Amino acid sequence: MSDLKKTGLSSAKRRQFLGDAARTACGCAVAATFLTVYQAQAKALPADAIRPPGALTEEEFLSACVRCGLCVRDCPYDTLKLAELGETGPATGTPYFTARDVPCEMCEDIPCVAACPTGALDHSLTDIDDADMGVAVLIDQENCLNFLGLRCDVCYRVCPLIDEAIKLEMTPNTRTGSHAVFSPTVYADACTGCGKCEKACVLPESAIKVLPRRIARAESAEHYRLGWEEKAKAGNALVPGVIDLPDRVPDAGAFEPVFQPGKGQ
Amino acid sequence: MTTHALDAQSLKEKKRSWVLRNRFLLLRRSTQLLVLALFLAGPWAGVWIVKGTLTSSMTLNILPLSDPFLLLQTMVTGHWPELTGLIGLAIVVVSYAVFGGRLYCSWVCPMNVVTDSANWLHRKLDLKKGWQPKKHTRYWVLAMTLLVAAGSGSLAYELVNPVTLLHRGLVFGMGFAWAAVLMVFLFDTFVSRHGWCGHLCPMGAVYGLLNTKSLLRISAKNREACDDCMDCFEVCPENHVISPALRGKGDDTPLIQHRDCTSCGRCIDVCDLDVFSFTHRFDTQLIQPTSIEPGPRDPVATKAMGGHK
Ligand code: SF4
Ligand code: SF4
Ligand code: SF4
Ligand code: SF4
Ligand code: SF4
Repeated sequence: MSDLKKTGLSSAKRRQFLGDAARTACGCAVAATFLTVYQAQAKALPADAIRPPGALTEEEFLSACVRCGLCVRDCPYDTLKLAELGETGPATGTPYFTARDVPCEMCEDIPCVAACPTGALDHSLTDIDDADMGVAVLIDQENCLNFLGLRCDVCYRVCPLIDEAIKLEMTPNTRTGSHAVFSPTVYADACTGCGKCEKACVLPESAIKVLPRRIARAESAEHYRLGWEEKAKAGNALVPGVIDLPDRVPDAGAFEPVFQPGKGQ
Repeated sequence: MTTHALDAQSLKEKKRSWVLRNRFLLLRRSTQLLVLALFLAGPWAGVWIVKGTLTSSMTLNILPLSDPFLLLQTMVTGHWPELTGLIGLAIVVVSYAVFGGRLYCSWVCPMNVVTDSANWLHRKLDLKKGWQPKKHTRYWVLAMTLLVAAGSGSLAYELVNPVTLLHRGLVFGMGFAWAAVLMVFLFDTFVSRHGWCGHLCPMGAVYGLLNTKSLLRISAKNREACDDCMDCFEVCPENHVISPALRGKGDDTPLIQHRDCTSCGRCIDVCDLDVFSFTHRFDTQLIQPTSIEPGPRDPVATKAMGGHK
């Protein structure tokens, strides 16, 4: 009799226990759902927020970074900051910088990477010239002073990888007809995305901006081949026996410069 | 009998000053402030002693420390931290596991001030207990945060973790982090007594797990003197841990062995009869009752003083 009573009691207890557990599990499931949705929304990284040098891909970065701020503290130029809750920026607590405010000075010893305890900033980055924080893009040719025909050159001159990451490319100035336009041209393979050019641009709003690679770059189709490269590789014409017709080059004589020295203007 | 009890009451209040009745509280506030000051000395005064935050820090460029819960979240996403992170983790885990897992909660964590204040207000307003989650809820929450981290491949909980939000806010800039802290305060005051630290916080849960075999323990050594005033139960953030030690009979250990005990020392503070004291886990000694004490567990005396706070 007492045995029966005992088991009856314990089964009631067990029912209650299971009920409690089920309730707690449901509560946790609801919380987990909210959290999953929230983190999915918080994954969007604005285009002007740039991760420190050596940052893993955004997806991996968000799984690695513990938001400790050690990289921020060891940056001698106060470039980096941690995203605060509620600001429309990167995921809360993660480090980033805004090039137009303070760019990365590309320290040789990369103290930010050395400070990172989790490897969210990849310690295999040892040469800062290999950093890939983003790519500078001359985003507004209509306002860039060099494109207007002046010799501003500021973005070009400040680049730590001058003549590698950014070059001045000369084209005839068709407006004046007798000058050159020195267009600042970024070479994405060399550009580290440090943002020195964006910071330095003399315009009230920079004409050159660092963007994440995913936005800045197109992707060439895998099967495309550049004929001239293939030819150089092969050492001879790829299709032998094809007659090489003369290339049609714009007639130099048809171009009448407006300003002609010696023509008595 | 009643007069006797009241006499004893006024007697014991007279001989214990305010400082004595709050000594561990004051000590804890000091260590909490000190920890914060060490983090703030750099950004505020340029004295770089500790860099980073409680999630991961570097002291004097030599001692790395990392929070186990944070690194656990990272690791379940499949990312393996760098050596400094792992060393910092090992140091933290070993130190807390040896000395007292939940020392973090009561002596270091900045949220402790918030939840203690909430509880103070709760007591002042004489509010009801409110919602009391079941005792394993914090482990469910812990499992949930880790599952979401593993499933989403990101430290999702860190977007809402009020503890790291608060500390990072204080050291790096608050943003809207105060809102998360306010929610914890209101929750603890009006919705659930000791709700956050005592039932939900997964960080506390991890430190609790480290507390299972720690050396530092509270002992209700002098339990024979207890007059059932209930002050310790009233003030303890985890008051289910007290009974087995305090109400133990004969050879039952006077040690508070439950891993939920935060070693905050509040029970020592508030007890006018010096029932509790800090000791180590091997000290199971009991103080034998002396004849001078008023009859302990005297049903009438108990009744007369029962309502006294
Ligand atoms: S490389 Fe130097 S300047 Fe750039 S983010 Fe790192 S520490 Fe700062
Ligand atoms: S040091 Fe590493 S883990 Fe810490 S905030 Fe910077 S990137 Fe994140
Ligand atoms: S971001 Fe600008 S300054 Fe920096 S490497 Fe690229 S082109 Fe040069
Ligand atoms: S600094 Fe600005 S305006 Fe000057 S050349 Fe560069 S992009 Fe153009
Ligand atoms: S038993 Fe004492 S030391 Fe432990 S949590 Fe409660 S009040 Fe604090």
